[in-house]
Amino acid sequence: MKFSKILFALIFGLILSFSNAAQAGGGGGKFDAKATAFHHIADANVYSIGPWSFPLPCILYNKDTGKWSVFSSGKFNLVGHHGDGADIVDGYVLNGGTVNRITNPTPEMLEGHMHISDHSHDAKDHNHDHHLFGHETKMVDGKEKEVSYFTKGGKKFYLEDKTAWDFGVFGGDFTSFYDFSITKNVVSMILVCLFMMFTFFRVAKLYKTNDGKAPTGIQGFFEPMVVFIQDEVAKPFLGNKWKQFLPFLLTIFFFILGLNLFGQVPFLGGSNVSGSLSVTLVLAIASFLVVNLSGNAHYWEHVVWMPGVPAWLKIVILTPVEILGVFIKPVTLMLRLFANITAGHMVMVIFVSLIFIAKEGAGEGIAWLTSAGSVLLTMFMMAIELLVAFIQAFVFTILTAAYLNASTEEAHDHDHGDSHEHAAAH
Amino acid sequence: MGSLAGIGMGLAVIGAGIGIGNIGAKAMEAIARQPEAVGDIRANMILTAALVEGAALIAIVMAFLVG
Repeated sequence: MKFSKILFALIFGLILSFSNAAQAGGGGGKFDAKATAFHHIADANVYSIGPWSFPLPCILYNKDTGKWSVFSSGKFNLVGHHGDGADIVDGYVLNGGTVNRITNPTPEMLEGHMHISDHSHDAKDHNHDHHLFGHETKMVDGKEKEVSYFTKGGKKFYLEDKTAWDFGVFGGDFTSFYDFSITKNVVSMILVCLFMMFTFFRVAKLYKTNDGKAPTGIQGFFEPMVVFIQDEVAKPFLGNKWKQFLPFLLTIFFFILGLNLFGQVPFLGGSNVSGSLSVTLVLAIASFLVVNLSGNAHYWEHVVWMPGVPAWLKIVILTPVEILGVFIKPVTLMLRLFANITAGHMVMVIFVSLIFIAKEGAGEGIAWLTSAGSVLLTMFMMAIELLVAFIQAFVFTILTAAYLNASTEEAHDHDHGDSHEHAAAH
Repeated sequence: MGSLAGIGMGLAVIGAGIGIGNIGAKAMEAIARQPEAVGDIRANMILTAALVEGAALIAIVMAFLVG
């Protein structure tokens, strides 16, 4: 009874706030759902919560001039909630929350601080629907490409593209400056780390004071999860070596789970940390190093020179495939976490975008109706994402354990079928 | 070109969908037959589903690269 009342109040509150957003937004310009979705899941140099934007430190290094630029992103003179900056600092501008370099800056732009706009009116005059940056299609290396630009003094200045998801490896864009900024994702990660340290030190302390007694408080919340990883992941996969790898598996599990859940908290900026390729790349590299550095001779023999197979077969297909497999395993770890979390965030943004699409296509009345449906769909999605947050953390941990099982297994295990309950893992 | 990559992604997802559907169906059958083994079956089900998903993800990434 009580629960249903809370749920009711929550749904109506959300519908009201969503419809408010529908009235506020879409004042001018066409609504672009795809661009909105990508903007909202991207990392940013400002932390926006609702209508407020908090500037974050920018630490940039220009390779060409060798100049370090360290300043707060507030120096870009933030306007509106799109995360655009009205000012140029050291040849950089803030476009959609991200620092971009100007590809053809004048010498004055590189040295210091000036307005993008030619008129000297106050930046606060800009209404938030007015975009400072335009887009146009340009031929680059024989390919059509959309580039952002701004106009100053009658001259067009083009912005360098953001680093693409492939880090430039497959011909995507790669920024020509080094960005060590404390971005939104970094802030979220630090917050999650501090929270985890706080809770886990507390839990550890409770284990000392409660020695031999039933768990109390927060200890009772974390004990089932720790025991679950220990009994379902570490012990079946790692045999007698489980104690050695349990801390690593627990760290990976709780770190990913913390990041996933932090991204699900509404009205906290919805940072997409575990849906950022750089974060999952580092997690996958950690798993790759632990798996391969603890690999024994038996594992490497099976990778490089599989016993009991004709030599020509090994040279032609088996060894190349096995060596590829060593690298494909961490790559799939990286992509799986990234794709699942990003997809979840994106679906939620699209559901909210339905309101704006309805408003543009069918007017305000329909948008009100749509917001009711959109709230319900978003809540349903969030419930599913809660499940996905746990499953993806668990999958990353269990796959790491399965790869560890393959790399640390002793040779004599091959004669016993019974110790191979989880042989499907590799 | 983009639409062709989209078709490729769709095909990859159909394959993974059939695969994961089979895994889920068989796991349900197995749990119905032997409810006491539910823990082991569930862990292995998620693991296998993750491996199938990995193949689909590689296909999707390839579609992105080509598109």
